[in-house]
Amino acid sequence: MEGRDTGRLAVGGREYDSRLIMGTGGAPSMHVLREALVASGTRLTTVAMRRVDPAARGSVLDVLRECGIEVLPNTAGCFTAGEAVLTAKLAREALETDLVKLEVIADEHTLLPDPIELVDAAEQLVDDGFTVMAYTNDDPVLARRLEQLGCAAVMPLGSPIGSGLGIRNPHNIELIVERANVPIILDAGLGTASDAALAMELGCDAVLLATAVTRAQSPALMAAAMRHAVEAGHLARQAGRIPKRRYAQASSPFEGMSGS
Amino acid sequence: MFVNGEERDLPDGTSVAAVVATVTTAASGVAAALNDEVVRRSEWDATTVREADRLEVLTAVQGG
Repeated sequence: MEGRDTGRLAVGGREYDSRLIMGTGGAPSMHVLREALVASGTRLTTVAMRRVDPAARGSVLDVLRECGIEVLPNTAGCFTAGEAVLTAKLAREALETDLVKLEVIADEHTLLPDPIELVDAAEQLVDDGFTVMAYTNDDPVLARRLEQLGCAAVMPLGSPIGSGLGIRNPHNIELIVERANVPIILDAGLGTASDAALAMELGCDAVLLATAVTRAQSPALMAAAMRHAVEAGHLARQAGRIPKRRYAQASSPFEGMSGS
Repeated sequence: MFVNGEERDLPDGTSVAAVVATVTTAASGVAAALNDEVVRRSEWDATTVREADRLEVLTAVQGG
């Protein structure tokens, strides 16, 4: 399928040399953010759209431009399809991109996606020519519906945003991957490098994460760890792991033992 | 009218471009919506505001 079995990630006709998509939220400073983004090797990174703050100093857009990283606007904070569609249109106008990470959340407590509003917004944005990357629950049925209505990528969560709980339902992620014909990008909940490696081993095409890096004690170090983990997981998936066994299987021959 | 949620006293017929200029001088990376409809940058000069209008001026920030 698209994007799989090659070194590059392909989304909606674009290709990226990295399978690690970064978020920018939570970094304590632009300097720390820049170091982390460079260490991650990412080629695509999210931003949010908010009211202009006349007092703001430095722009995340400047950091991305200087690092040569493509911008991926999101609709974070939107609770309805209407809000998300307007935010996406504003992002397209401001950032001159038809890419959007579509995020429609149900409540502030869990930040879980609202599937009804999500599907409504995705249909509207696909019809309007957007390249929609849909943030969704780890629901194989919903993932299938999002693909069928024209999303360029489907992005199931591992666990709630910012929770660091990792991938709570690996089986569902496998089911989503098995049936997908668009890239599956594990988005949200990852805590450390092994979580990112697992996502790739399960067959995801890429990983999107922010908090695990930006709020780590050393963001740049964790960004490097994530980069290696994504690459390692992807290679392991391509290599094909051994089946799990209930009992041991000797790796050294028994023949020729002394005294036998 | 309201600009990013703050009430402003501006004469009817003020252009969107002039209103945006009161909150940012950025030459790019900014978008505006008048009463929940995007106004393309190329139309900022020709589009005017009236009392009770709501203008939202957004840009990219850290997030996601």
